[in-house]
Amino acid sequence: MKFAVSDTVIDPVAVRQSVTDNSCGALVVFEGWIRNYNEGQAVEALEYEVYRPLAEKEGAKIIAEACARYGVSNALCIHREGFLELGDIAVIVCVSAPHRAEAFDACRYIIDGVKSRLPIWKKEHYVSGISEWVNCQHCAVAGHAHRRK
Amino acid sequence: MKVKVRYFALFREQTGFASESVDWSGGTAAELFQEMVGKHAALMPEAAALVAVNDEMAGWETSLAEGDEILFFPPVAGG
Repeated sequence: MKFAVSDTVIDPVAVRQSVTDNSCGALVVFEGWIRNYNEGQAVEALEYEVYRPLAEKEGAKIIAEACARYGVSNALCIHREGFLELGDIAVIVCVSAPHRAEAFDACRYIIDGVKSRLPIWKKEHYVSGISEWVNCQHCAVAGHAHRRK
Repeated sequence: MKVKVRYFALFREQTGFASESVDWSGGTAAELFQEMVGKHAALMPEAAALVAVNDEMAGWETSLAEGDEILFFPPVAGG
């Protein structure tokens, strides 16, 4: 059981291997990738800001909750920070369990918790040259744009 | 009462500060945020904003104490 923040490329094969063992008949993996568009805008790159002390603490809680609630054998989540490009893996969740149902449920619980509870923020850099914090409600207002750093 | 306030992501850009020391009359985290909205013209309240006190997630109704470090998080967007 582990949650980690990484500033280097995620190796999905190595991550996967670290949660499997012979008592598990199921492995569910979720990979979040950097997509080339969002809300009608062409995305060029993306930047994650993470407040590590709390993200690591809350991330470990989410993993422990998922393991206790669904009785899975092992779970691991790694989230990137810093500047990412199209096709990069932003987050990976791997869950192993004797059977698939609890592995799917735990994987969903973890990624939903990571997206809603951890102090992590995403800034999208668009092909147009504009950059915006995702989920900023004011961005919906015409004329509101965040400057590129 | 003296406390330390830290801003992240959008809030840091709106205030122009990563952190600041604040001397105020005391109260809850929500009241402190309102006070900071009054101080920083560009800082906007966000319905989905979160708050942490001394590196623990906290409720907006949390009463603050002398020396606390309050972290204001704009809506989070991991994944």
